[in-house]
Amino acid sequence: MTAVRSAVRSRGRARGNALRAGGALLAAALLALAVIGSLAIGSKAIPAGDVVRLLLHPDTSDAAHVIQDLRVPRTLLGIGAGASLALAGALMQALTRNPLADPGVLGVEAGAVIAIAVAIGLFGLHDLRDFVWFSFAGSAIAAVVVYLIGSSGRTGATPVRLALAGTAVSAALASVTQAFVLTDPTAFDQYRYWGTGALSGHDLTVAAKVAPFMLAGLVLAMSLGTSLNAMALGDDTGRALGVRPGRTRLLGVLAVTLLCGAATAAVGPIGFVGLVVAQAARLTVGQDNRWVLLYSLLLGPVLVLAADIVGRLVLWPAELEAGVVTAFIGMPVFLVLVRRRRIAQL
Amino acid sequence: MNAPNATRRRSPAEPRAARGGRPGITVATPGRGIAFRVDRRAALVGVALAAAVAVLTVFAIGTGQYQISPGDVLRVLSGNGERAHTFVVETLRLPRVLTGLLVGAALGMAGAVFQSLTRNPLGSPDIVGFTTGAATGALIQIIVLGGGMAAVAGGALAGGLLTSLAVYLLAFRDGVQGYRLILVGIAVNGGLVATNVYLIARAEFADAHVAATWMTGNLNGRGWGHVYLLATTLVVLLPVTLAFGRRLKLMELGDEPATALGVRVERSRLWLMLLGVALTAMATVAAGPIPFVALAAPQLARGLARSAAPVLALSCLMGALLLVAGDLAAQRVLAPLQLPVGVMTGSLGGVYLVWVLVSGWRRR
Repeated sequence: MTAVRSAVRSRGRARGNALRAGGALLAAALLALAVIGSLAIGSKAIPAGDVVRLLLHPDTSDAAHVIQDLRVPRTLLGIGAGASLALAGALMQALTRNPLADPGVLGVEAGAVIAIAVAIGLFGLHDLRDFVWFSFAGSAIAAVVVYLIGSSGRTGATPVRLALAGTAVSAALASVTQAFVLTDPTAFDQYRYWGTGALSGHDLTVAAKVAPFMLAGLVLAMSLGTSLNAMALGDDTGRALGVRPGRTRLLGVLAVTLLCGAATAAVGPIGFVGLVVAQAARLTVGQDNRWVLLYSLLLGPVLVLAADIVGRLVLWPAELEAGVVTAFIGMPVFLVLVRRRRIAQL
Repeated sequence: MNAPNATRRRSPAEPRAARGGRPGITVATPGRGIAFRVDRRAALVGVALAAAVAVLTVFAIGTGQYQISPGDVLRVLSGNGERAHTFVVETLRLPRVLTGLLVGAALGMAGAVFQSLTRNPLGSPDIVGFTTGAATGALIQIIVLGGGMAAVAGGALAGGLLTSLAVYLLAFRDGVQGYRLILVGIAVNGGLVATNVYLIARAEFADAHVAATWMTGNLNGRGWGHVYLLATTLVVLLPVTLAFGRRLKLMELGDEPATALGVRVERSRLWLMLLGVALTAMATVAAGPIPFVALAAPQLARGLARSAAPVLALSCLMGALLLVAGDLAAQRVLAPLQLPVGVMTGSLGGVYLVWVLVSGWRRR
């Protein structure tokens, strides 16, 4: 009897995993589509066939120049930032058991932004390779402070408390950032553009400089899925299953710091990506964090590239920055989440 | 989940005082045609706050690149000061300080109304996205349509009204619950901030700098035009809101007890919300979206008066005090560099908000 039941269950699980793997392939196909779209669509439209040809055999035409110098860096940054922010969101949601967790909502991006403003304004650093370290420090400090504030008191860190703490900290940090920026006209001119979260206007060197940090964060994040699953029912269960909760949490915060810090330093604050993508992934594949992380990795870039493409189309031939578009995609998702009768804890 | 309410705490001495009735002073016209009772502690706090505002005002008028002693400031204000002093005070310092006082008073009052209506310290207009909405409306006027001051004022008013309406509608589900209102406010705020940032990035550099400085909440360069605008509107709005104070107090008991005591709850709520929105909009038009004064002033006033009921007049005074003090600090901290006052209230207010949250959660 039990043998039959376990056989049925394992067959069911196998089928579930096959479905999830199929879904992941679909997500990868979506990603490929988004990449081609990002290379082809814009104020100068280039047919998809030409895109592939020019990528493989660049010539001296205008189209080749547009693809090589403008759209390839932009697309690469979109992939990197999207994957980083989505993974960071998924990790934060799993670590804090909080469906509202997102680098923007919990103040981590605001921490990175102010640290970068300090690096540029006070220390006069202008190379991304220098101020990316400030970005890491800022996001790590903000993440820890928000978590400590949100988890004060006996009931611990509920989703609402963390969101409120994140909002309060973000608001205070944004004011101080404003002070730095407004007192220096040159910095203001740079900042006002960077602050929108734009993928355009960067060259390949920017992508190359943040890529190592993003990759390290990606690998670290993907390696935590199993431990996070074991901890999903609480630290004690996790310990019984052979996971060290403290170590997992520390590595998780490290990964979030690397991912958010690098993404924010490269393209500025892009909000709500983590929230939307990780929620979508969780809805599709359920609570298994390994799958949630994989789906976030694939769908994050899709969302950011799609937002960037939409931004190129709505005001054609002018452009709307990706960060502005994701805010408008994220807003309704956040609204639906908070309008649920009870915000379930993960 | 209940709203954290910093004012529900009772000091050990309070229940006894409540049982015996709190010491009060009755103020009445001869023949007692109109009579009302004033809480003695609240009255003392009111006098102290008014005195502090007066002293700070004189000090703020005297402070700047060109220092004027308090005695000279008083002489100018009474109409017989030196010519140079009179010029500096009347054209530069006085309008700025008066704008600050009026904006602070409006924000304090609006905050007290909203916090009381939502029964939550976080229900203030800056948290629920109202001020950001007003800023969006004004930015569209400044950057896209290039309107003058009246158009900017109209834009701010429309933006604020639409945003608060949207937030309340989106948060409505069998009534408006405190936390949901705030979370919806956060979401809407996120979208509006993105819009504002985008508008600023799009604008000409000069426009953008003006707009960004304005958006931080700023009193630099405020003239008599701002003072007249505020004075003429607040002279109506503030007394009317004060007159609603008693109803507000009864409504905090809950809708049913208030109805039983003769308050028309739904209609009063609508009026109070409109008044709060109008007050915030006028403040935003004059000085930009100054953060956290509307949050902190009513809380501090209630704490000082040890009152469980909303203290509208005290919130007003406290708002004026906070804003003028904040502006003075913003001018002096990095002098001669002049920071917008919003930087000061934003950073200190954020810390204060954290404190409000943590102390509320500690108790449960």
